[in-house]
Amino acid sequence: MNLLKFLTCGSVDDGKSTLIGRLLYDTDSILEDQLEALQRSNRKNDDGTIDLAILTDGLKAEREQGITIDVAYKYFQTEKRKFIIADTPGHIQYTRNMVTGASNAGLAIILIDARKGVIEQTIRHSFLVSMLEIPHVMVAINKMDMVDYDEAVFNKIVDDYKALTTKLHLHDVRYIPVSALRGDNIGSTSDRTAWYKGPSLLDYLETVHTDVNEDNNVARMPVQWVVRPQTEELHDYRGYAGKVLSGTFKVNDSITVLPSGFTSVLERIEVFDKTPEAAAAGMSVTLHLKDEIDISRGDVLVKSSELPHVGQMIEADLCWMDTKPLDPSHTYLVQHNSKVTRCRISEVLYKMQINTLEKEFSEDFKLNDIGRIVIKTAEPLAFDVYQKNKANGRAIIIDTRTNVTVGALMFRAAAD
Amino acid sequence: MSRAKLDYLDELEAEAIHIMREVAGQFERPALLFSGGKDSITLVRLAEKAFRPGKFPFPLVHIDTGHNFQETIQYRDDMIARLGEKLIVGYVQDDIDAGRVVEQTGKNASRNQLQTVTLLNTIAKYEFDACIGGARRDEEKARAKERVFSVRDEFGQWNPKLQRPELWDLYNGKIHKGENVRVFPISNWTELDVWNYIRREGIALPSIYFAHQRDVITRNGQLMAASPFLNMDEEDVVERKTVRFRTVGDMSCTAAVESEAFEIDNIINEISASRISERGARLDDKVSEAAMEDRKKGGYF
Repeated sequence: MNLLKFLTCGSVDDGKSTLIGRLLYDTDSILEDQLEALQRSNRKNDDGTIDLAILTDGLKAEREQGITIDVAYKYFQTEKRKFIIADTPGHIQYTRNMVTGASNAGLAIILIDARKGVIEQTIRHSFLVSMLEIPHVMVAINKMDMVDYDEAVFNKIVDDYKALTTKLHLHDVRYIPVSALRGDNIGSTSDRTAWYKGPSLLDYLETVHTDVNEDNNVARMPVQWVVRPQTEELHDYRGYAGKVLSGTFKVNDSITVLPSGFTSVLERIEVFDKTPEAAAAGMSVTLHLKDEIDISRGDVLVKSSELPHVGQMIEADLCWMDTKPLDPSHTYLVQHNSKVTRCRISEVLYKMQINTLEKEFSEDFKLNDIGRIVIKTAEPLAFDVYQKNKANGRAIIIDTRTNVTVGALMFRAAAD
Repeated sequence: MSRAKLDYLDELEAEAIHIMREVAGQFERPALLFSGGKDSITLVRLAEKAFRPGKFPFPLVHIDTGHNFQETIQYRDDMIARLGEKLIVGYVQDDIDAGRVVEQTGKNASRNQLQTVTLLNTIAKYEFDACIGGARRDEEKARAKERVFSVRDEFGQWNPKLQRPELWDLYNGKIHKGENVRVFPISNWTELDVWNYIRREGIALPSIYFAHQRDVITRNGQLMAASPFLNMDEEDVVERKTVRFRTVGDMSCTAAVESEAFEIDNIINEISASRISERGARLDDKVSEAAMEDRKKGGYF
């Protein structure tokens, strides 16, 4: 059984939390004591039924205000697949929390209120989904019960959204009419939308193809930890532990260590008490090389036939996540996998007006701003561009004064 | 081989090992909080996978309320002997004796709240900058909000409205002196995932997880183990029942469930069919709707 991580995005009252509650309810994932707690709660729908939205609002402040402030992670499984939902806030002021939830998602559900159609928030969320290169998008047109399940309303919104997608890099977009409140087309298809011939939302989630295209994935493993027991019987043991970011390493592969550029041969792969012949993307492994080379945390092992960029000037998309604006004169830290080095934002190329998708030339960069910049790093990074290799094409920026994560970077090109 | 072909347990395991190695690489003085429950036992196995044949780059730390199940302590000591790793114990009794905390009174008295103080004192004493714990987001709705690297201030407090963005699998462990980070490698595991993993790996558990005969009393609709740690009076009727525990905490706040599950396969079937959540058997969560959130804000694990 495999795992699908997805997120839901939508504006405040589009019914995100209700949709998640409905998915959990329809897959029998809500247990009796949790249902009882829901019954005890004072929040009810207008018709007196349980408000499924409170299942996901885990913080007091969220229940008080009836909004989602931070990402909540929810778990459910069916016979076909396991799921992790990142329930992310819709408010503009919590965009950084949405990006947090979206960064690990393999699929995004974008909710649109059937009565309102494509609005600014839809554009904003779709842009973020496109920037983060989330492979699958399901546009759920919700509250169909409020528009009498009218096919024309659905078709109009689909057309509007298709017009929007011409300006974005979205890979696989599907559309579905739903009512999260009434349960139409969530756990099963609904008679009330007989004109809709596609799958239910759950059916789609269970069957969407999640294999990554391995042609684009080159072998990369950042070293997280050097295993050196230094005992008598393991005197010369020196293993490089890390998670394979992408591609596959095989025993006897020629290996290059970056940024130093030393080369060797992969002698052995260890996964605890096993010694597999190959280590594939996603596996946490320990690699042994034939030659003794000075390698430490922060270095990257790659297949010599598939070298990444190595450089100190990189063009990247930046999402700013701090209330303190970007200060071009300040030296920040950049964390790229296990490598942390100093950096400066040397140039702001443009800022994205993400409600209109227009580029804007601006020097300042504030909370929730997104745009293209050039970053200069103190030490070279061994990176790939994000479109080709997400795992080795992203980084975070940390403010040395507060230690807070203030920016998300998606590398787009080498700039030197 | 593509990423999607990894089984979900392999994927969860690889993610947890990655997180543990980040702790080892990023912090000066980490620790692994060990309670003797199945989640922290799973953490120990993951630490073996992350660092063997090397030593663990951290000690195990047990916050001992003094109200333990004897079986848990026996398990802990046997495990430490097998691993050859270091164990540090912080005793709640020491803080009671020193007058730093006051024992609760009344029928539902428990030392559960008090252990936060001992935990914070132990962190301060050994200057731990990161504490790995076995909390899972599926346990409780406030935990569902927790980051994998969760920064606590110098008072041990969690601020749920000011959490750092946590992107991809890049974990930011930078802190100021006095702060510490709680790290949760099995955030994304469910109770059933933990059991399936324990079965797959053949990991031994304390016997109280399996059905056994025990003297219990029924209080607030829950089965509590009869013990000197429970304030009992003439209204409490002691009965002998066949029970097991779904979670292992303090004897005064962990309820048993009636069960005939003597083997791990029975347990997995029982949990798959159960209509009650795991923390449904924890009195400490029932105090109010925000009980867990409030405790976490105060420095609770």
